[in-house]
Amino acid sequence: MSDAMITIQETVNGNDVVLFMKGTPVFPQCGFSSAVAGVLNHMGVKYQSVNVLEDTEVRQGIKEFTGWPTIPQLYVKGEFVGGCDIVREMWDSGELQDYFNERGIETPGMTG
Amino acid sequence: MPMQAEEIECMIREALPDAEVAIEDLAGDGDHYAARVVSEAFRGKSRVQQHQIVYKALQGRMGGELHALALHTAAPENS
Repeated sequence: MSDAMITIQETVNGNDVVLFMKGTPVFPQCGFSSAVAGVLNHMGVKYQSVNVLEDTEVRQGIKEFTGWPTIPQLYVKGEFVGGCDIVREMWDSGELQDYFNERGIETPGMTG
Repeated sequence: MPMQAEEIECMIREALPDAEVAIEDLAGDGDHYAARVVSEAFRGKSRVQQHQIVYKALQGRMGGELHALALHTAAPENS
């Protein structure tokens, strides 16, 4: 297993919520990454972000890690949830909040 | 080299002969499309699995030649 894959595996296993994205939550550098980070920020979910633009090996490795060809990629409790389309679809249907809460992940932005 | 809508549709149909496919060109640059795909192959599959079936049909072009494909997949509603 390459270093990048080990790093990815450790990051995914070591954090409840991980978003592999282009840029950072504060300065996203891609519309799709920005959309997913925006949903997480709005929900108040605590998450670890990984800027794939800073490491070309991680950028390529993450696509092989799940066989998912694009960025962003969201992981919750070590499980791949999806990219922008799926997270947006889950947000639109209200599924996303249940998905987080069922796994013990708080969404303080959604209360009240 | 960007892809044409017809090329995307054709590749999806080749892998999913029963599929209903609707492609929308979002930006006119051959790089940003939306696709709605309805096929029996998606029944009982998670969203991730459904999208991976479509990505497989595109034979590695997703994320390369094709930068963005907003995907909506579903199985046919039971008639």
